[in-house]
Amino acid sequence: MDRRDPFRLNALTSGHRACSGCGQAMAARMVGDLIGPDAIFVNATGCLQVFTTHNAQSAWQVPWLHSVFANAAAVASGVEAARRGLPGSERVVVQAGDGGTFDIGLQCLSGMIERGHDALFVCYDNEAYMNTGVQRSGSTPHAARTTTSPPGRLSEGKRHLKKDMLAIVAAHHMPYAATASVAFFPDLKAKVEKAMRLRGPRFLHVFSPCPLGWDHDAAASVQVARLAVETGLFPLVELEYGAVTGVMRLAQRRPVEDYLRLQGRFKHLFKDAHGAAELRHLQALADANIRRYGLLDATTAWDTGEAGRAQRGGRGGYAPAHGAAS
Amino acid sequence: MRRQLEGSRAVAEAVRLCRPRVIAAYPITPQTHIVEHLSQMVADGELAAECINTESEFAAASVALGAVAAGARAYTASAAQGLLLMTEVLFNIAGLRLPVVMTCANRAVGAPINIFNDHQDSLSLRDAGWIQLYVESNQEAVDSMIQAYRIAEACELPVMVCMDGFFLTHTFEPVELPEQAQVDAWLPPLRFSRALDPVAPATLGGGSEPDNYLEYRRAQHQALDHAADEIVSTAAAFQSTFGRTHGALIDGYRLDDAERVLITLGSVMGAVRDTVDALRERGERVGALKLRCVRPFPAAGLVHALRGARRVAVLEKAISAGAGGIIAAELRAAMHAAGIALPVDGFVGGLGGRDLTPASIEAVFAASAAAGPAPIGCQFVDVDAADEAARPGE
Ligand SMILES: Cc1ncc(C[n+]2csc(CCOP(=O)(O)OP(=O)(O)O)c2C)c(N)n1
Ligand code: SF4
Repeated sequence: MDRRDPFRLNALTSGHRACSGCGQAMAARMVGDLIGPDAIFVNATGCLQVFTTHNAQSAWQVPWLHSVFANAAAVASGVEAARRGLPGSERVVVQAGDGGTFDIGLQCLSGMIERGHDALFVCYDNEAYMNTGVQRSGSTPHAARTTTSPPGRLSEGKRHLKKDMLAIVAAHHMPYAATASVAFFPDLKAKVEKAMRLRGPRFLHVFSPCPLGWDHDAAASVQVARLAVETGLFPLVELEYGAVTGVMRLAQRRPVEDYLRLQGRFKHLFKDAHGAAELRHLQALADANIRRYGLLDATTAWDTGEAGRAQRGGRGGYAPAHGAAS
Repeated sequence: MRRQLEGSRAVAEAVRLCRPRVIAAYPITPQTHIVEHLSQMVADGELAAECINTESEFAAASVALGAVAAGARAYTASAAQGLLLMTEVLFNIAGLRLPVVMTCANRAVGAPINIFNDHQDSLSLRDAGWIQLYVESNQEAVDSMIQAYRIAEACELPVMVCMDGFFLTHTFEPVELPEQAQVDAWLPPLRFSRALDPVAPATLGGGSEPDNYLEYRRAQHQALDHAADEIVSTAAAFQSTFGRTHGALIDGYRLDDAERVLITLGSVMGAVRDTVDALRERGERVGALKLRCVRPFPAAGLVHALRGARRVAVLEKAISAGAGGIIAAELRAAMHAAGIALPVDGFVGGLGGRDLTPASIEAVFAASAAAGPAPIGCQFVDVDAADEAARPGE
């Protein structure tokens, strides 16, 4: 029986074991449902793999393969190569956490892009190794508390910066690389759809809060994700062949403190003068993003305010940044 | 068709005849020529396959994994450092029960880094869940590659064909290459029942827990055990179609009335056969046995083949450092389990490309013959005399 029914599909169905409020579970459900049933999903090790498959049970209604932590992009390369020239129309999707993307999976991802495989790589970024208990990754933001970057007498949390993954990926001059957020569904939808219209290697970086690791209220995940965008800490942008072609303008610029205060992982920054210095660093990082992508003055068809309204029933779609051809 | 070919070329021709749809590899001496030849065949349109030149062996094994999971016949090859870099994925391929086939161009493992032949690389992976076949000649390499796909696909287990780096991969020998039509008839296209398919979505590689992991592992162990029958029947089927055999699990040489038997694996078996002949001419009742299949370990076959022997020597090109010879230990265990008190003398030699000459092999036979009732645990063959004086061994 052909089980492809795009109208009824829940790529990731209920019954999985994610924590309540898990941003990655939300994001994967959105991405999976948008891509539809005609795809093969390859997953890296990590929370998403662990909470969706358990003994003989699986929450996936799409063909789904997990091998090891670091190799998802290479496995997907093999799947894609195997399907070349065959009658089917299915697409290949890779899913990984930030660890499986920024760190241990980076080499395989780079190889997959360089070789031009027709696959969409989706990184669900929760800014740490959550599955193993919230250890710092190359994606953990500066000054955040994790179990391996603990604040202490000599430490203000993670010493290093968050890797600029999008720039690394975009430097491969691939057809499409974009950031998205669980807080801006119409934007995410437009980006998934655009990515699936294109051929070749594509990259989607989805900001996915983790209430457990970030130590925030489970009901606040979307709010936290929204603030990451509105502060400029996580710009929503699109790049085609390495050039910025789309930017989500910030309707209202929020200070980073609004974002940081919601999360226990930044609590130590509000205690003393050392913390205050790190807060200034984090604000400077947000300001740098705002300047770099022109987040305040981008001439886009909609901004974060409109995208928020759109989510409540407004128009969809995504317009190019100023100067870029549509 | 009989052709004078370099070993790597011969293997590449055999792989071509098996029509893999995906080939993924990363260069490492002495494997490189195999993949270069395959790349040329694809470039020339002689082989309709996707050549995926990965950024590492880890990725090459992963590409092969993905390709087979998606239903395509796949091939990869590596050696030494590259094989060990694949380790995590090789265990994974076996656990997923994917019929991947690869060639290991056996090479020493660093440090010290050394590009020459021994069996440390593949023997270190004996527990990975792969069927491992060790070949003696380029002809056997060709024939074993073709057999490997049939075995792998029948058992849903991966197969590693191990051929000695340089001694085989870079040596020209006459080889008989089967016709494409013959191979096509003997090896039908892969029909992988668990291939990923949107029409019937399934989950491959999900998590397991203490309440079922043990059973998965037991099933894998049993599958390897049962693979022995498939290896034997495949060798027989190959012989009836192509008229050649190199043995299946083991290949005995002049064992009939042999009192002392030397067991080895790989290309050194040729020199061992000559040495046996020479010793026989001098009236010594000696024989030899090639261990063609290391996994599954043919314990029963060995016990049976050695039933007339009084003493056995194992000559192997790898060591479990701190324990001794790997095959010697496994043979001792097999004999012990069968309740047979047969002294097994352990010899380790030929590491890092050191030539095992007929004289070295004769010395092994002699040392085994001269040993007392207690077997030799692990003796190094042809150790440099100055080194031996400075650091005396056993
Ligand atoms: C080679 C290897 N090293 C380490 C691990 C342990 N491990 C499993 S998941 C994981 C972290 C996953 O982090 P990430 O990719 O960010 O995904 P998340 O769980 O946060 O969604 C680690 C370290 C592993 N499975 N394999
Ligand atoms: S630890 Fe975080 S990422 Fe993992 S399931 Fe829980 S909320 Fe989701």
